[in-house]
Amino acid sequence: MTVLVLEGYHGGVLQKLRKSRAKIGSMIRLTLKSGEVFEGTLIPRSEYSDPTHIVLKMKNGYNVGISLDRTEKLEVIGEGEKPHFTKPSPPANHAGLPKVAIVSTGGTIASRVDYRTGAVQPALTAADLASVVPELSSIAEIDTHILFSEYSENIGPTHWKGMAEEVAKKIANGAEGVVISHGTDTLHYTAAALSFALANIPVPVLLVGAQRSSDRPSSDAASNLTGAVALAAHADMATVGVAMHRDLSDHIIVAHQGTRVRKCHTSRRDAFKSINSNPLASYDLKTGQIELSKGIAKRDKSRKLALKSRFDQHAYLIKFYPGMNPGIIDSAVSTGARGIVLEGTGLGHVSGHLFDSVKKALKREVPVFMTSQTIWGRVDMNVYNTGRDLLNLGVTPLEDMIAETAIVKLMWVAAQTKSAGKIREMMLQPIAGEITSRTLVEAS
Amino acid sequence: MNPEALDVALTMSMLLHAKPMDEVHVMRKVVIDGSNTTGFQRTAVIALNGSITVEGVEVPIEQVTVEEDSGRKTGDTKTSVIFRIDRLGVPLIEVSTGPVIHDPEQAGKVAFAIGRILRATKKVKRGLGSIRQDLNVSIKNGALIEVKGVQELELVSKAVGYEVQRQLALLEIKDELRQRNVKASDIKEEFVDITDILSDSESKIVQSALNQGGVALALELPSFKGLLKRELTPNVRLGTEMAKRAVFWGRVGGIFHSDELPAYGIDSNHVEEVAKKLGCGDLDGFVIVADSLENSKDGLRAVVGRAREAVERVPEETRAANPDGTTVYLRPRPGAARMYPETDVPPVQISQDRLERLWENLPRMPEELAKELGTKHSLSPKLATQLVDSDYLPLFEEIVAQARGVAPSFVATILTESLRSLQREQVPVENVQEDQLKQAFELVSKGATAKESVLDVLKWLAFHPDGVAEEAVDMLNLRMLTESDLQNIISKVVESNQALVQENGVKALGRMMNLVMGEVRGRADPRQVTELLRTRLEQVKA
Repeated sequence: MTVLVLEGYHGGVLQKLRKSRAKIGSMIRLTLKSGEVFEGTLIPRSEYSDPTHIVLKMKNGYNVGISLDRTEKLEVIGEGEKPHFTKPSPPANHAGLPKVAIVSTGGTIASRVDYRTGAVQPALTAADLASVVPELSSIAEIDTHILFSEYSENIGPTHWKGMAEEVAKKIANGAEGVVISHGTDTLHYTAAALSFALANIPVPVLLVGAQRSSDRPSSDAASNLTGAVALAAHADMATVGVAMHRDLSDHIIVAHQGTRVRKCHTSRRDAFKSINSNPLASYDLKTGQIELSKGIAKRDKSRKLALKSRFDQHAYLIKFYPGMNPGIIDSAVSTGARGIVLEGTGLGHVSGHLFDSVKKALKREVPVFMTSQTIWGRVDMNVYNTGRDLLNLGVTPLEDMIAETAIVKLMWVAAQTKSAGKIREMMLQPIAGEITSRTLVEAS
Repeated sequence: MNPEALDVALTMSMLLHAKPMDEVHVMRKVVIDGSNTTGFQRTAVIALNGSITVEGVEVPIEQVTVEEDSGRKTGDTKTSVIFRIDRLGVPLIEVSTGPVIHDPEQAGKVAFAIGRILRATKKVKRGLGSIRQDLNVSIKNGALIEVKGVQELELVSKAVGYEVQRQLALLEIKDELRQRNVKASDIKEEFVDITDILSDSESKIVQSALNQGGVALALELPSFKGLLKRELTPNVRLGTEMAKRAVFWGRVGGIFHSDELPAYGIDSNHVEEVAKKLGCGDLDGFVIVADSLENSKDGLRAVVGRAREAVERVPEETRAANPDGTTVYLRPRPGAARMYPETDVPPVQISQDRLERLWENLPRMPEELAKELGTKHSLSPKLATQLVDSDYLPLFEEIVAQARGVAPSFVATILTESLRSLQREQVPVENVQEDQLKQAFELVSKGATAKESVLDVLKWLAFHPDGVAEEAVDMLNLRMLTESDLQNIISKVVESNQALVQENGVKALGRMMNLVMGEVRGRADPRQVTELLRTRLEQVKA
């Protein structure tokens, strides 16, 4: 984000500032009708703020807003320095370190704040990153690339495709690991998508985000990035995963399997949890030690990556709730659904008043799958009558697959085959660790 | 932003004649000592340019801000600090005066005056630390020093006085160093490894450092001899100042300086050898640190910095107040650069309607309040003022409303004078909770105990913070006697004083009264005792 000439000001205030030739960063003196005088640096306003106040940063560092209505005179008494960032010197190359590619998709994982105006400047080049997170240069040889810059809630199947293709390119160019920085809200959907799109992967691909933006001292951006790069460079694994804090302390960064992870908290650093599984690997920020779980896929650069990056968006995830209008299912079917994932209650139930709509969907060759909104656990539709009724209708239970992974998988599967029967078959087939027949107690 | 906090701050601002901002912008002030889990403290200017008059002198109020309180440090180890976070995020109002207070005594008076106005809002929490004073002290040729955490009003003038004394002493040291022809550049960042020399010392600090693979390093301080032990304020020496810096920057446990040696297991041979190895002359001093190599170096680097400052000036610092009013180095003084906008909280516009509403509901100022209380509850002017100046006014009003039949002047006396005298007797009255105070008066109101017992009950509760007033009454045997209990006691006393009663009849009432009251004091109403006793004596006569 660059500082525009009079960012955030509009209406009367904007005109007044223009007339006085004031710029963001100018030293301004406001004389009020009451005789009070304010001096300070002109500060940008947020885009939704009203058009009647001027914001000044006073000498002691505080910002205050002064109403134009009370202002008698506005003078520019000095030109402030433009916010500038001295480019850090390029990182020293440590010979022999593994190459790690960092692909940025949005969310400023690293940034600098201009303390005078509060403007945030993203740090995304290798040199910037190295100066903000100097630890990186001693862990890996970093190559950075800005693929796009999107809030994670705006990321979808086209972005997944772009990311998968970019990762393939980086691996082809010799990266020993790829790190993708990504906003956290939909990080786990992207992780699932890449898990399916990147088959037979030879090296680790880790998505990383920050629960607290990097303009806060409590930010987890640098530590998550450090952990992700370290695991991508050195962990003997070859899976798509999500690297984030294990708990509240800046101590351990864990890599969760991409198809098994979910954001489970709005703001905590340890928001990401492995569901029905254990993390794949951990990195100790203090000692640099890496620990791997048993039985995970190992690196093998001779493995040939198979890219299957198409997704069909005619897939629906419908969460059941008491009193739900069955028309939701009907309307999904009528818009050309290739499949529907239900997020049912408990062991995998929906109310009897939805049965007709479910029946209609199945009759029109739209497979209906069942997951559970309890998040943890496995669906079992043989326990209660409702479950047995749904099974009898032809609903397919998805075992211990989490709903978010199920919908991403359905989009991916629907792009691989035309046949409803094949879709049903592939949904139950383990492709990237998303579904297992056995869940360990310690993983739930 | 919490609307009530903003209202209280705006109310305060009006009472201090400060001008509210049109739009309040919340800032983040970087604080990385761990006391704020976010790493910053949110703070916003509410009003500027006020003033109050203290004893005829106008004192400018530069700024009123609302901040969030930080976590309270409850302990530390060498590598960690422990905070309690129950106070974290609680709204806090900061009132800054202009730099116009000229002597320590005036500082105390201004702090007292501001405290009274704060209390007038009745929103101030009771207890130590709910009003704290940060003092900015500067003297001619000295430096601006911020003293944090002065919790008691009585300490303000003392802390200011000590700070002036400290700066004067530092200026004296500076002059002396100049006379000895020392320049800042003479103090070299050259650390000499003296692990060999100290390896046989009996110092526990040295031994524990060496056992953990650490080193002992020494630094020469040319021409500092005798100055390191120079007392700046009681128990704070130039050497102490250096030590605190070394602790802060070097994470070391402390330093040894030549003016305090030989001691602490370092004997005169060690001292001689170290001096020799450093090449010290007669007027030269030195400092020793024992810790890991990295910590030792960082620690000594901080000592070099402080020593160079000793030659040049009084350094600007943020210091923490000790309970005796002296201060220790806390951290360097931060500048405006640590402030940046809090983007999670939108700016709050202060509407004219809001200001008018607050203006119409302004609390009365302390003098007015005292007068009104005096009339309403028949309190003496002195007692009413004491009550207004105490933390207990809201509680007083609650108790008076609830505890029927208990005289307001009695409640006021207990809450002000009596509690204070208990405190003087070293009774920990701060342990007594508001609920317990209410219970005590409630018991009087119900007739369960005599009002003379209240103080004993409170005293008991001070030592039994988890107890309730009912319990205290029983434990102290202060429960009111029933009429039949009383009759029994009277009978016993009459029986054992047959001669007196027989001889004097009703005329013995005075003396008999003393005897009975000796038994039942605090557990019976004297009027009732008189009546019962009189009837009994009349019967005897008959």
